[in-house]
Amino acid sequence: MKSLTGRAKVLDNPKMTFKERIYLPAIIGGITITLRHLFKRKATIRYPEEKRTFSPVWRGMHVLKRDDNGAERCTACGLCAVACPAEAITMTAAERKPGEEKLYREEKYAATYEINMLRCIFCGLCEEACPKEAIFLTDRLVSTDYARDGFIYGKDKLVEPVDKRVDVSKRQTPNVLEFKKIKHYRHNR
Amino acid sequence: MTSFFIYKAILVVVVFGIMLMAAMYSTYLERKVAAFIQDRVGPNRAGPFGILQPLADGIKMFMKEEIIPEVANKTLFIVGPCIAMLTAIMAGVVIPWGGELVINGVPYVLQIIDFDFGLLYVFGVVSLGVYGIMIGGWASNNKFSLFGAIRASAQMISYEIAMGLSIIALIMMTGTLSLREIVEFQAGGTGSTWNFWNVVYQPLGFLLFLVCAFAECNRTPFDLPESETELVGGYHTEYSSMKLGFYLFAEYINMFISSAVISTLYFGGTNFPFMNDLGLSQNAITILGTLAFFIKIGFFVFFYMWIRWTLPRFRYDQLMYLGWRVLIPLAIANVAITGLVMILTDRI
Amino acid sequence: MTLYAFYFLSFLAVMGALMVVFSRNPVTSVIFLVMTFFTIACHYMLLNAQFLAAVHVIVYAGAIMVLFLYVIMLLNLNEAVEKQKTLLLKVAAIVTGGLFMIVLSAALRTAETSYIDTSVVGSARNLGKVLLNEYLLPFEAVSLLLLAAMTGAIMLARSRKRIKPAPNVVGMTHEREQTKTVVHEQ
Repeated sequence: MKSLTGRAKVLDNPKMTFKERIYLPAIIGGITITLRHLFKRKATIRYPEEKRTFSPVWRGMHVLKRDDNGAERCTACGLCAVACPAEAITMTAAERKPGEEKLYREEKYAATYEINMLRCIFCGLCEEACPKEAIFLTDRLVSTDYARDGFIYGKDKLVEPVDKRVDVSKRQTPNVLEFKKIKHYRHNR
Repeated sequence: MTSFFIYKAILVVVVFGIMLMAAMYSTYLERKVAAFIQDRVGPNRAGPFGILQPLADGIKMFMKEEIIPEVANKTLFIVGPCIAMLTAIMAGVVIPWGGELVINGVPYVLQIIDFDFGLLYVFGVVSLGVYGIMIGGWASNNKFSLFGAIRASAQMISYEIAMGLSIIALIMMTGTLSLREIVEFQAGGTGSTWNFWNVVYQPLGFLLFLVCAFAECNRTPFDLPESETELVGGYHTEYSSMKLGFYLFAEYINMFISSAVISTLYFGGTNFPFMNDLGLSQNAITILGTLAFFIKIGFFVFFYMWIRWTLPRFRYDQLMYLGWRVLIPLAIANVAITGLVMILTDRI
Repeated sequence: MTLYAFYFLSFLAVMGALMVVFSRNPVTSVIFLVMTFFTIACHYMLLNAQFLAAVHVIVYAGAIMVLFLYVIMLLNLNEAVEKQKTLLLKVAAIVTGGLFMIVLSAALRTAETSYIDTSVVGSARNLGKVLLNEYLLPFEAVSLLLLAAMTGAIMLARSRKRIKPAPNVVGMTHEREQTKTVVHEQ
């Protein structure tokens, strides 16, 4: 019989030899393996004392950036919500009132901006879609919670504080920034 | 007379305490060994290196909610773990924990009682141990528990026969059933007259006894009565709180006792190499002997765990095949060979 | 002290035996029977027949009663299943019990207590010497009888089914067929 894939193997199931039948050599082989593991280096990272180093391309919790003057960059265009494959992002837009120029950079801003962290798959497409350099994924962790409500992050948790800026330069290296300027790539337009 | 009673009472309390402590720290050791074999670190939060973990576990066991199923037979449900614990502890009575300790010219033997049928006593008590499992499993009124109980009883009966046959050769050699005399039989001679441990003369008997001891303690690869992957928890599926703790404790005490019996029968008990050549006093030899005995026990307890995290569980028909068609014929052959050698070397 | 031990053990033994008869649950009966056996083994100890005591516990309490319990568990007997005894059965039971009582009392009335030197009998060593020297022939005859019984039991168990179970025991079978299998790999 010819197999469909052509990768079939005929297995020989020979009669067991006496050595195999008495079973003890196999046991001794097994216990030597476990004995060797007994003295091996342990793979455990003792978490609170010892922290695992993140890879440079790690995508963690999002941040909504402010510009240098402290005004929110987000203009509530909704491109991130469209790009999001998990449909985790929702927002409502509002018009900037006179006198709010310090708070919002553009004339339109996001009155509410919510990311459901249980839906989010941390793919980073929102970051790529954003034309205003407003949303970035950082190397911070989304902390645990007891209720599902706690995982819907609003602007209070996403927008960076004015006095405590979030560093995004880890992934936004000069190379990346250079790449983003190349306008003939479709997603950079 | 009074001092005799006080000495025995102290000995009983000490042995009882040692067995409970050993059982407690066996749980810790089990978790540590499992972790190390799997390249993990194991419990390390409670105290330095996690050595207070058994205490935390014990407190947790006591604090847990006690659930007795509505359909269970209430009396027997409670009697089950009690019997398991009782029989496990009873076996420690005849183990020779040490030699003679001479204080103020009065010899104190570090053994609670020396029956001249000590080995049979151990067998009798161990054979009663299965009632704890059977009663608990049946009284839970749960199919999984009942399966566990039935498996336990069939396994116990099958392996008890092989176990009994495997030590007959040893008894033929030593000519006694008293554990103390078996230890003395293996006592190291001096100079040119070496006296080896029984394992040198009875390697096959030792192997058979070891396998049967694994089966009698319901340890992997023979843990079919409690196999958690097929029977949820086997006979203790319905148990919670300290009643579950009693079953687990009984298992570890059984392990400790069987390690002690293996060391006594085949590894010289309280004897250690060169014990008569170092020119030590009687008391020093006794104390070192007890220490050596506990090291041996510790090794075998570790060995139990080592095997547990190495070998997978037997299938039920494999278990029965091994017990009835491999171990029993081998044990009988061992008896015959030992007899033949004894006749040829005029050792009768 | 031995006397008090005797009274205590006798009390336990008699209570256990009564509970075997009176308890409604078969599993409880078995457990009380085990208790009775155990106390009787202790009685043997008091008579300095330690070997007999140990063997009694191992064989009766440890093996035979486990099998009893095994069967009872599998039968799943409940209190509700128990049939009501007919009047005839009750009368027959009373008559049998009475007759046994008469025989027992008659036997006990003429029996006399004999003094045994407990230092020379009872221990495993003495028993072994007596069995294998003085009573060698009966001992061997009994072993032959047991062997015959065992062989008979095995024959009975085997002849019921001719189908040979093929144990696919890794590492232990002798009859693992020479097979060639085709396995498709992904």
